[in-house]
Amino acid sequence: MTDRQSLIEQATAAFPEEVVTHAPVHLLDLPGGAGRFALITLDNGFDHTKPTTFGPRGLVNIDVALDEVAKLAEDGEIVAAGVTGKPFIFAVGADLKGIAGAASKEIAKATGKQGHDTFRRLGELSVPTFAFINGAAMGGGVEIALHCTYRTVSAGLPALSLPEVFLGLIPGWGGTQLLPRLIGPDNAVTVVLDNPLSQNRQLKGKKVFELGIADAIFEAADFLEESLGWAAAVIKGELVVERKEYPEAEWTAALERGKQIADSRVHGATPAPYLALDLIGSARTASRSEGFDAEDEALADRIMSEEVRSGVYSFNLVQKRAKRPVGAPDRSLARPVTKVGVVGAGLMASQLATLFVQRLAVPVVLTDIDQERVDKGVKYVHEQLDLLALKGRLNSDKLNRLKALVSGSLTKDVFADADFVIEAVFEELSIKQQVFAELEAVVRPDCVIATNTSSLSVTEMASKMEHPERVVGFHFFNPVAVLPLLEVVRAEQTDDPSLATAFAVAKTLKKNAVLVKDAPAFVVNRILTRFLGVINEVLDEGTPIEVADRALDPLGLPMSPFELLELVGPAIGLHVSETLHAAFPDRFAVSENIKKLVAAGKRGIYQWVDGVRVVDPELEALFEVGDSPSTAEQVLDRATTALAEEIDLMLREGVVAAAEDIDLCMILGAGWPFHLGGITPYLDRTGVAEKVAGRRFLDKGVASLP
Amino acid sequence: MPRTARDVVFVDGVRTPFGKAGPKGMYAETRADDLIIKCIRELVRRHPELPVERIGEVAIAATTQIGDQGLTLGRTAALLAGLPQSVPGYSIDRMCAGAMTAVTSVAGSVALGSVDIAFAGGVEHMGRHPMGEGVDPNPRIIAERLVDESALVMGQTAENLHDRFPQLTKERSDAYAAASQEKYAKALANGKIEPDLVAVATRNTLESQAGPGWGLATADEPPRPGTTIEGLAALKTPFRVRGKVTAGNSAGLNDGATASIIAAEDVARELGLPVRMRLVSYSFAGVEPEVMGFGPIPATEKALAIAGLTIDDIGLFELNEAFAVQVLALLDHYGIADDDPRVNPWGGAIAIGHPLASSGVRLMTQLAHHFEEHHEVRYGLVSMCVGLGMGGTVIWENPNHEEYGK
Repeated sequence: MTDRQSLIEQATAAFPEEVVTHAPVHLLDLPGGAGRFALITLDNGFDHTKPTTFGPRGLVNIDVALDEVAKLAEDGEIVAAGVTGKPFIFAVGADLKGIAGAASKEIAKATGKQGHDTFRRLGELSVPTFAFINGAAMGGGVEIALHCTYRTVSAGLPALSLPEVFLGLIPGWGGTQLLPRLIGPDNAVTVVLDNPLSQNRQLKGKKVFELGIADAIFEAADFLEESLGWAAAVIKGELVVERKEYPEAEWTAALERGKQIADSRVHGATPAPYLALDLIGSARTASRSEGFDAEDEALADRIMSEEVRSGVYSFNLVQKRAKRPVGAPDRSLARPVTKVGVVGAGLMASQLATLFVQRLAVPVVLTDIDQERVDKGVKYVHEQLDLLALKGRLNSDKLNRLKALVSGSLTKDVFADADFVIEAVFEELSIKQQVFAELEAVVRPDCVIATNTSSLSVTEMASKMEHPERVVGFHFFNPVAVLPLLEVVRAEQTDDPSLATAFAVAKTLKKNAVLVKDAPAFVVNRILTRFLGVINEVLDEGTPIEVADRALDPLGLPMSPFELLELVGPAIGLHVSETLHAAFPDRFAVSENIKKLVAAGKRGIYQWVDGVRVVDPELEALFEVGDSPSTAEQVLDRATTALAEEIDLMLREGVVAAAEDIDLCMILGAGWPFHLGGITPYLDRTGVAEKVAGRRFLDKGVASLP
Repeated sequence: MPRTARDVVFVDGVRTPFGKAGPKGMYAETRADDLIIKCIRELVRRHPELPVERIGEVAIAATTQIGDQGLTLGRTAALLAGLPQSVPGYSIDRMCAGAMTAVTSVAGSVALGSVDIAFAGGVEHMGRHPMGEGVDPNPRIIAERLVDESALVMGQTAENLHDRFPQLTKERSDAYAAASQEKYAKALANGKIEPDLVAVATRNTLESQAGPGWGLATADEPPRPGTTIEGLAALKTPFRVRGKVTAGNSAGLNDGATASIIAAEDVARELGLPVRMRLVSYSFAGVEPEVMGFGPIPATEKALAIAGLTIDDIGLFELNEAFAVQVLALLDHYGIADDDPRVNPWGGAIAIGHPLASSGVRLMTQLAHHFEEHHEVRYGLVSMCVGLGMGGTVIWENPNHEEYGK
């Protein structure tokens, strides 16, 4: 008792803000006279909006519950024991605040060991144990279930995952050891590596059962009753659960597949997936204790790594900051939007119209200069809606409703009763100003006028208007339907109600809005252009294309510079760099070779020959390069230096409220990885920030080791 | 167009274990709609031969149709139980005879041919919805003395029934109550009770007085085995000083739900559904509200008359024991002994509990079991008293009897 008391006191001191999970034990009689059953409910005392997590005190509570259960089992008072969760939640794993706060490897290792020592008891009692996975289960929540002898899952389960690798961790409470033996190494690679590295993909109840993580599946309406009935049948021997052995060849093949997945997603930039893979591989022959010790060691190393601190920081940015944009005006100021106008009916405009009608379900009118373009735009939206219906995302009534809401017009008078009009016409200031003047002639004075410009000054666009205060920048990322980021630009005269309306619309569109100042190219494009400008520079200087393009691989970015150039389109890339060059000629160059590429009508640097990607052979003749090539290391150094310089300037200019917003933009708008923390934690930890800007972007401990 | 009434049969019935109402009861934090949903799902599970899309109606009774007992419970419960969207449903209220009225209502629909198969049941969570919750009696009831003021307090109406029949002494009530407990205990020991029960997972929050965490209700909570006449004699009489009605000789405040499958006999036979009882007749009758417990007598008289039967034709009785005195009044009326073995062979609501609107189907489900054990009995009846001065009686025929259908 004293031991435990002092443990609790230590745990409380180390992590005072823990939301403590309780583990009450309830004795019940199984149906059909199968005997008494001890059921532990994991419950943190809050409703489902605050999911149950495991911190040190919570683990002690579970350990105490298991003392009680173990005694009941030894005394022959129960025939089996089980674990389930509060309504809608099983358990979502270790409390990240606790993990991220570990001050030393010793503490980190103790965290891993405490989980192992507690959970493994479920697999080592004198009676069989059952996990009834009634709701969301993640990380340690999945692992506590894996320690049980049997598992059932609710068909209504929304999400189950081992997200550790996604954050730069490894499943450290038995996951890498127990899962491959239960469901086979190949399925384990899917759950431990492939899913977390695929935007942290979640498994639903049916899939959990199909993978073999659960032995039985029951509908949500009477999940626990049916699960207990099933448990009774297993205990009475009426049901026998078969477990498979997996031959060595399957392990070898699974590990090879895992290696390919890791290489293709992180290019060796973070060790977590490789470590997880090693641990999975060891599970074939390691004893439980050996395996768990190896997990403790690996987990502690990971917890004490910069990548994980950045990963947890990134996770919190996406989960919290993205949902409550910093600097957004009070949402009560927002005006209702009951009709939307889209100026232009080209591809971007049509994508915007599709998104607006789909999410806002209000009339959306597209305008353009000739009937053919208008018809084409409306047709595009209708086709996109048809596709959604085909995917089962819209039923036929909803499809009819949304299609009927979309219309086109040649004149802008249809915008007279619109509350929000967005333009997506050609990127030229004078054209945009003319469009705004035409709009102002027909719309109400309080109609919000938005521009999807990617680089022009919103303030200048609004400068000739009678009511410039209702103009906002609303910068989407391509493809509009996929990328979650929206840069909401406050121009010099934008007022709070208009800005609040823009944020409210962004929320309804299910986009993560970040408030940015009206500065050239805003955030994502400015950083990408500066960063990739270095690649173009070294190319022009004579660095071989392959060297230049691979130089940034150590960062583990989702695509290489020239892959990105191809995705964006060389012409658009060039345009943005010209805009930025005009604004900041000393930092943003315009590459002569990229100009040539655009002039030659090339879509990129590479082409595909017989399924192999090769540099376009015509480029050798096309490009004019210098004779001072750089090494990959030199390129990386110049690129990160440029990044740090630009970010420092942006923060000084007040383009965003804080470095956190830069990171959020890069994660959501460019897909930059969690283990970099977006980017500023990486620049801090490599010392580049200090060297270039003379300061850290984030205080020590925010996204780094203390 | 000529019409032929179809025969209506009782296919099956289930119930949740009944709980004690209140913060320490096993269902303290379990929703009422969840209780009825478990019953509906259990019936579907027990009858894979029943094509769910042929269910024509789901009629669910509750006295207090508020919150989790509101929102047109028959429809919401059907949807939440996973029945097809094409299956309609509605709510019923006749206080204690809610589930009984659900059965007779759908029986009417079945007989008329508008529905082939129906689910009928009831639920009352008297912990979450105490009697009288949200009522707003019309002031004319008092101003014009339309109803004696004791009529709204069920215990007082039971005292009034003792007044009307002085031969129904407290001693007789207590003896009847003790016997009810004893009969239930015996039935439980003999495995008669469990087959009708649907296990219900019960979840309590950390602060629960009933103990936190998930549990599983598998047995009735209200029974008090070992109850003696002497022990009952000492109980307080809360409704009247030196009265006769006690917590021991009346049903308690309870939580629970019941559901049954009612079908046209030809449809049941076509689908291979069991035919457990055939509906012979039913009747509801009104009496002075302040002697509500008298209601079963005129209701039974009418039901017998409709069926062309006499009380001598009835071989088994399932009478709701809201109060011992109310059962005794009916037995006395027909000259049946207090301890007649044909009456409530497995005990009654005094032991099991009486979650108001759910009880009618429990009586029917148990009568169906008695029919299986007593092929010699051709007719049985269920009867119950109803608040505001009513009674309801349903007479059923035993398909196991050799003269069934002749």
